Amino acid sequence: MSLWVTCDSSLLPYSRQLCRSFITPPITRKRKAAEVDNDQPSPKAATKAHGPRHATSSDRPALSKHSSAATEITENTERASPASSASQKKRDLATPATTTASMDSDDDFMSDVSSQEDFGMQGSDNDSLGEDFGDLDAGFSDDKDIFGHKRKPYEVEFKVLDPPDIENEQLGQINEVSAILGLPPESAAILLRFARWNKEKLIESYMEHPEVTLEDAGLGTNFEGTAKTETVPGFMCDICCEDGDDLETYAMRCGHRFCVDCYRHYLGQKIKEEGEAARIQCPGDGCNRIVDSKSLDLLVTDDLKERYRELLMRTYVDDKENLRWCPAPNCKYAVDCAVKNRDLHRIVPTVHCFCKHEFCFGCSLSDHQPTPCTLVKMWLQKCEDDSETANWISANTKECPRCMSTIEKNGGCNHMTCRKCKHEFCWMCMGLWSEHGTSWYNCNRYEEKSGSDARSAQAKSRSFLERYLHYYNRYANHEQSAKLDKDLYLKTEKKMTSLQSSSGLSWIEVQFLDTASQALQQCRQTLKWTYAFAFYLARNNLTEIFEDNQKDLEMAVESLSEMFEKPVSELAELKVDILDKTAYCTKRRVILLSDTAENLKNGEWSFNVEW
Amino acid sequence: MGSQKRIAKELAELTESPPAGIMVELADEANLYEWKVHMEGPEKSPFHKGKFLVKLSLPTEYPFKPPTVSFATKIYHPNVTNDEKGSMCLGMLRADEWKPSSKISAVLQFARQLLAEPMPDDAVEGRIAEQYRNDRSRYEEVAREWTRKHAC
Repeated sequence: MSLWVTCDSSLLPYSRQLCRSFITPPITRKRKAAEVDNDQPSPKAATKAHGPRHATSSDRPALSKHSSAATEITENTERASPASSASQKKRDLATPATTTASMDSDDDFMSDVSSQEDFGMQGSDNDSLGEDFGDLDAGFSDDKDIFGHKRKPYEVEFKVLDPPDIENEQLGQINEVSAILGLPPESAAILLRFARWNKEKLIESYMEHPEVTLEDAGLGTNFEGTAKTETVPGFMCDICCEDGDDLETYAMRCGHRFCVDCYRHYLGQKIKEEGEAARIQCPGDGCNRIVDSKSLDLLVTDDLKERYRELLMRTYVDDKENLRWCPAPNCKYAVDCAVKNRDLHRIVPTVHCFCKHEFCFGCSLSDHQPTPCTLVKMWLQKCEDDSETANWISANTKECPRCMSTIEKNGGCNHMTCRKCKHEFCWMCMGLWSEHGTSWYNCNRYEEKSGSDARSAQAKSRSFLERYLHYYNRYANHEQSAKLDKDLYLKTEKKMTSLQSSSGLSWIEVQFLDTASQALQQCRQTLKWTYAFAFYLARNNLTEIFEDNQKDLEMAVESLSEMFEKPVSELAELKVDILDKTAYCTKRRVILLSDTAENLKNGEWSFNVEW
Repeated sequence: MGSQKRIAKELAELTESPPAGIMVELADEANLYEWKVHMEGPEKSPFHKGKFLVKLSLPTEYPFKPPTVSFATKIYHPNVTNDEKGSMCLGMLRADEWKPSSKISAVLQFARQLLAEPMPDDAVEGRIAEQYRNDRSRYEEVAREWTRKHAC
């Protein structure tokens, strides 16, 4: 009997080594990029070269598939219109120079697939891609202009708020409610925080049961008197047990009186140590009165007041469904966006903070368009579980045909006994060992039914794994490449400086490198997520278009990436090419995202998972 | 802060008029922050006739931070950890629920009350809580046994 090992993921000494296989080495990356570049000499040539280019590249089945796929879809009557105009669009978009000529068909395309429902945001239906591309052509050297002012199908409306904006928003609502209910603003604030800033619900509940609402919110019904500290003869503080007729004391309207020192210490601890602000209760045992901002202002020092306001602002943003903090480190901005949680399966709301961070309003992760939040979560979870381990398992192990325990064979004969379920089988054919008879040493029994069943079950599970790895490797590669591109970006500034001195170009004129680098980052981010998206995508005739878009963007990105790595001396000459390629990449990204977002919004995609 | 004054006052009150079944003293006369509490098991509970040694520690920030309560005597109870620490989990002793005007006397009476009426929903010993819910007589039997063995 031979040696065998039952594997679990903790027993994988080689998996670290294997991680190398996930990262396409720079050499390969360059070569790939070069291939792509050869394949697609310039945006202009690409327009006409579409067919022939693919026809001649016999060693690239994926590419030749493209043209036939497009034809196939065009013949499909059901989807004829979007598909044909999509391929039309593609041809158009391959050349910036001819874009304007094709505007009509773009408009047709958009109106064909544009949504009936608009998620309550204005204008996305009538956005004409054509116009956007006009923008693009005019200003591709300037990043800002590339993103025109019209919203594309994958963009959402949002507003970035800085702290004073947020403060003012709060104040506005507090004053409004204060006026409606005839309560002091500090009390209205407590009510609003209690109601999590749901004004309508609060007013309704207050109108119905004012006393209950006030009590629940920790306010009480007594609004007499002004907040001030006083000395009370014969008073003893319940907290420190100090007494004295000159002891300065304070009590809120609940009447629980403590010395000012203790009150202050209590508030300081709540604010500084516990980070509490909206729900600080009276220090009295069992009293649920909330400390209002007037009392607080009277008692604590300025730095605590500042902190208190900050904390209130934090809870305000946390409580409001339409607000979200920018997750970038040390960023002080919040974003206001109308996309609701329930919309997230049909829209991927990427927002751009003033700090330049792009993140998803739905889940706060970095921009993950075109993949919806739920799929992103599933994907990240899966990658955490699987990836490298899965790769190693795939390469080195088989599963026990009975209990599916993963087994590594490290030598010896083919007679395997599973340590877990004691199943005896042949390593070669995966069939029952008993069918081999006692005298078998080498397996030649391919025809046995048990063996072929086991093998097909195994093949199925392996093919799932392989499918996953296909997408994962591409996802991981773009992630890695984006990092490398970023390193390059850090060198870009140096390059730009040396370019200025060596070529006599002005600072403005070398900004194209910066623009290119940013476009590269953004496109790789998108590409990366297209692979996660594709993993969950079930085939229909739209997936072909998606894959074509993905491929076009990928080729463009790789060739830009390649140009970007050229020595400084060549960069000045490449300026026009780089500018073209940058614009082209950005444009391909817009097309891919627009197409995907439209289909998502209209529920045209089908997925291979429930989500 | 007047933390010492407050503690001294509470100690004096508790020594003068101790609540039923509770006797307190300082573990070390020089240290106001460590108390020894002798707690009698409440009647009509399986801990009846048991004498439990409870340790009460006051943080230096007392009374702004809550005291901690632990059983030095082993006890079979859903809300007391079954380890050498014997920590007791009391809602009112959670930092965010504690009020600086809450009194040690109340804490101790609450703790004793908990012996009579465990709170299986806030249990630290899930297994004992389950038994308390589903097999009360067996729970009481074991608790009595432990009381006899460790607390008499």
